[in-house]
Amino acid sequence: MSQLPLFPPAAMTVAELTRYLRELLESDYTLRDLWVQGEISNFSRPSSGHVYFTLKDSSASLRCVMWRNAAMRQARMPAEGEAVEVHGFISIYEVSGQYQLYADVIRPVGEGLLFQEFLRLKARLEAEGLFDPERKRPLPRWPERIGVVTSPSGAAIRDILNTLGRRYPLAEVILAPTPVQGVEAPPGIISALQELNRRVKPDVILVARGGGSLEDLWAFNDEGVVRAIAASLAPVITGIGHETDFTLSDFAADLRAPTPTAAAELATPNQADLRADLTEQILRLVRAAGTTLDAQRWVLNSLKNRLSLISPQSRLRSDRQRLDEFIHRSETALAHCMEMEHTRLNSLSQYLESLNPMAVLQRGFAIVAREDGQRVYSTSQVKPGDFLTIRVSDGDFSAEAN
Amino acid sequence: MTESSQTSGDLNTPIEKMTYEQVFSALEAAVTALETEKLSLDEAMLLFERGQTLLRRCLDLLDKAELKVRLLSGDELADFTPQA
Repeated sequence: MSQLPLFPPAAMTVAELTRYLRELLESDYTLRDLWVQGEISNFSRPSSGHVYFTLKDSSASLRCVMWRNAAMRQARMPAEGEAVEVHGFISIYEVSGQYQLYADVIRPVGEGLLFQEFLRLKARLEAEGLFDPERKRPLPRWPERIGVVTSPSGAAIRDILNTLGRRYPLAEVILAPTPVQGVEAPPGIISALQELNRRVKPDVILVARGGGSLEDLWAFNDEGVVRAIAASLAPVITGIGHETDFTLSDFAADLRAPTPTAAAELATPNQADLRADLTEQILRLVRAAGTTLDAQRWVLNSLKNRLSLISPQSRLRSDRQRLDEFIHRSETALAHCMEMEHTRLNSLSQYLESLNPMAVLQRGFAIVAREDGQRVYSTSQVKPGDFLTIRVSDGDFSAEAN
Repeated sequence: MTESSQTSGDLNTPIEKMTYEQVFSALEAAVTALETEKLSLDEAMLLFERGQTLLRRCLDLLDKAELKVRLLSGDELADFTPQA
């Protein structure tokens, strides 16, 4: 038994030791980045959003925590008792002195193997040219018949029909029902594609499935399914799983949509756009017709002007004008004549007036007439004793000659 | 591509038999002709009337359209109503 040194080293505090251990663990290359396999137990997700669970196997257990951000990126959370592989790093939670796994990815056991297989098949089909961009066909602008390969009861068909009904109700949808997961899925999808192409000849085919685990979507990585999509006569749009899910079917398709809804959207025009197009056509139509009419009106107008210059109407008008002139001139002439006549008549009447015997009588002369009415011009016509009538300006009287 | 969409805009097809795509491209053709071609007034008016008819047909098709859904089952196409 060694003796205690005279001056023993100062004791570490718990915090110092814990920090020392933590730094030791965190600097270990293996513990910084590792996958651990086990069964989920004591799974809990309090309102903070962080996820706590214990990873167990037959003889040991490991405390695990997954922060909220990482948990939100997780496509799905494992169930209690599920065998999983967890990725993360090992460190110490200083408060309780507990070492634990800080997890960022949880995946079902076997997914790693599936992924290897996925990559191998992808490389093989790629080398074969199945995914070549030149193979991609253009999609019809306005599909009349849309084939849909999916489950008749899933969320995918509902989303697709809702979207198509809203955007493009002009289309006819032919649903080729098939299981989309499990062992019946690959042969079902293959025969649905073949039947659609053979019997319906749609303008485009949507191959769709709602979200799920990588295993759920596995049918769409089946080599037969991928080849059937590549061989389809009608162009194929895939909408499988979520945004982040990629299957080999997606690579073989003419277009890959992130979701079933997006597949329906990519397959069809929006009727709001169609109506906007129509409005534009209306405007163009009216404008073009207006332009034609205006041009026609202009031509018509100039023709009218030319016509009015050469028309008999216009000659008539100038004749009419000459006539008016004649009338005017003759009227003037007539008036002149009348005036002359007037003057002449006037002097004539003055002359006549001068010849009026009554005027002479007024000047004091008288007209003498015999009883037999004969005027007396000469003394020879009168004998003494004759009764004479003497006419003066205002009447007459009798007289006896002597 | 279906056979019908290749014959779009065929003047001899009665409007009622045309798909939306065909009616619309006929409309586009009429409008373009009206805009770019030197037409007599009679031709222009005819084209304008045809444009109007095609337009009405397009709107009619859109207004009355209801998505037809059928199920490929057995030897024939059956009506299909999705579960709510």
